[in-house]
Amino acid sequence: MAIFINKDTKVIVQGMTGSEGTKHTGRMLKYGTNIVGGVTPGKGGQSVEIEGKVLPVFNSVAEAIAATGANASVVFVPPKFAKGAVMDAIDAALPLVVVITEGIPVHDTAVFYAHAVAKGTTRIVGPNCPGLISPGLSNIGIIPGDITGPGRIGLVSKSGTLTYQMMYELRDFGFSTAVGIGGDPIIGTTHIDCLKAFQDDPDTDAIVMIGEIGGDAEERAAAFIASYLTKPVVGYVAGFTAPEGKTMGHAGAIVSGSSGTAEAKKVALEAAGVKVGKTPSETAALMRAILNG
Amino acid sequence: MDLFEYQARDLFEAHNIPVLAGAVATTADDAERAAATMGGKVVVKAQVKVGGRGKAGGVKLAVDAADARVKAEAILGMDIKGHTVHKVMIAQAAPIAEEYYMAILLDRANRNFLVMASVAGGMEIEEVAHTQPEKLARVGIDPNVGISHEKALEIVKAGQFPESVLNDVADVLLKLWAAFVAEDATLMEINPLVKTEDGRIIALDGKVTLDDNAEFRHPSHEALVDHASANPLEAAAKEKNLNYVKLDGEVGIIGNGAGLVMSTLDVVAYAGEKYGVKPANFLDIGGGASAEVMANGLSIILGDPDVRSVFVNVFGGITACDAVANGIVQALEILGDKATKPIVVRLDGNNVLEGRRILNEAAHPLVQQLDTMDGAAAKAAELAAK
Repeated sequence: MAIFINKDTKVIVQGMTGSEGTKHTGRMLKYGTNIVGGVTPGKGGQSVEIEGKVLPVFNSVAEAIAATGANASVVFVPPKFAKGAVMDAIDAALPLVVVITEGIPVHDTAVFYAHAVAKGTTRIVGPNCPGLISPGLSNIGIIPGDITGPGRIGLVSKSGTLTYQMMYELRDFGFSTAVGIGGDPIIGTTHIDCLKAFQDDPDTDAIVMIGEIGGDAEERAAAFIASYLTKPVVGYVAGFTAPEGKTMGHAGAIVSGSSGTAEAKKVALEAAGVKVGKTPSETAALMRAILNG
Repeated sequence: MDLFEYQARDLFEAHNIPVLAGAVATTADDAERAAATMGGKVVVKAQVKVGGRGKAGGVKLAVDAADARVKAEAILGMDIKGHTVHKVMIAQAAPIAEEYYMAILLDRANRNFLVMASVAGGMEIEEVAHTQPEKLARVGIDPNVGISHEKALEIVKAGQFPESVLNDVADVLLKLWAAFVAEDATLMEINPLVKTEDGRIIALDGKVTLDDNAEFRHPSHEALVDHASANPLEAAAKEKNLNYVKLDGEVGIIGNGAGLVMSTLDVVAYAGEKYGVKPANFLDIGGGASAEVMANGLSIILGDPDVRSVFVNVFGGITACDAVANGIVQALEILGDKATKPIVVRLDGNNVLEGRRILNEAAHPLVQQLDTMDGAAAKAAELAAK
């Protein structure tokens, strides 16, 4: 088992006919992800062949669901059109929408997030995220499939490359699911959502949580860990040296005044009993020690 | 992007939010002229993107145009918390009866927008929240619902505004919301919102932050960018579309992915403690690091006189390590004699063996490879100490 996605997840690619969409559809197909089609408004009725598989293209998510039974989508649509694509998926009540696109205006994200909450039928992962992988089962997004295989660690991270780094550090153990939740100020799936799912997943034994400066998601996650989790959690927070008031790459990674600092997040996590590493490799070593009992 | 006060004022005016006459000046001459045009008393206000300028002496009342000149001379060039004052705003003076507070901002925790309104203004809102919480209305706004006239009135009442100004203040709130949405803002704050002695409601000072991701639908926002006080290295990096932040250390950093680069800065800072060195910058070359991007990045960092060593830290996800290695080799060819500082490279992930082989084969005298992030950080710190 795994969280959010498994081998039965049927995936459509929104923006499949664009260059990024085509490239990553190929990579996902190679991995074994069950891609069943794509959506590009105006190109419905066409089909494209990627990695030897002929994939139908639809005008809307609703059409794609009707024809293929898709229950997830991955969005590679450029920022300008991303809101429309995600709204289309929410309107069609698609259960899972993974938004890879970086650079979506936060007002657009606020609108589609509120719409998803109001409808109550769609989980959004991202935006500005690498997606999620349940090794050996399904890979939705752009996480490299060859870093490691299936195992019993759950991973949740705001950062793509730190996700890869941590999967690599712990590659001999493997992962149940690794979720890149994204670095934007508003994201659809939070650390808390993933922590809860991992706690409830019988095939996850321990959890690595990676955070970074900005907002207070890590502090709230710490409170949730203290109240809900019984499985061991190790943490890592990036951005101790980030100056106040500067956006560090991710739109959401900014220390404002005294809030959003890495130190505050580390303190909150440690107060909740989470062991926090100073570096990614030290964090991996903490997890290793737990798993080796 | 944070705006200057005068830019916020102009933006408010464009959205029909009541403001006083105001003009920006970069010289005492201009300040005098602007004050003469306005007539009467004016306030000369330092334009810096940092709080506490009043206490620092950056806001002064002038009785006439000649006095405005004197005050502008005193304020221009002043240093306020590390920010040099390049501009002043000349604002009409108004007899203030009461000071209020109003703001709309992005609420990350609740993933919507937040209106804050209070009859207690003119001070830091954190202070109001702490000492007189009953006077501060905090109301979440669903972006798909917005703010109706009734809702605006309800918020203003909750902020304990007096009966006599409810309608006018609610009207300002509706206009502020419209401006907030139309301009893709993440913060619009009016502090103070004042009632003048003759009963008008006016936005006297404003803070605005605009969403950089929304630039594509706001070509007019480009004119608001403060090129003058940007760090020259940051400006050069921005021109090359590089995600770069200048810091005050000695170890230049290049990496891929915002999280990994932030982490690299931290690891270098720890390793540097014993040598007294720190990271010199943040530079994320993102996915798909081509030779050109690497060359641009290296050239910015090697052009920083503070840099004494460089750490290139890449975990290849989509980015292939061989492309990064080729990028480094070609960048060094392009830079030639300009490249004079040692470069420590750590590659892992996608196609790492080929990447390492390319760098080994090139055997550039400035480049050395290490296998781990922590080890490479220690080496880069050590080299920067020499």
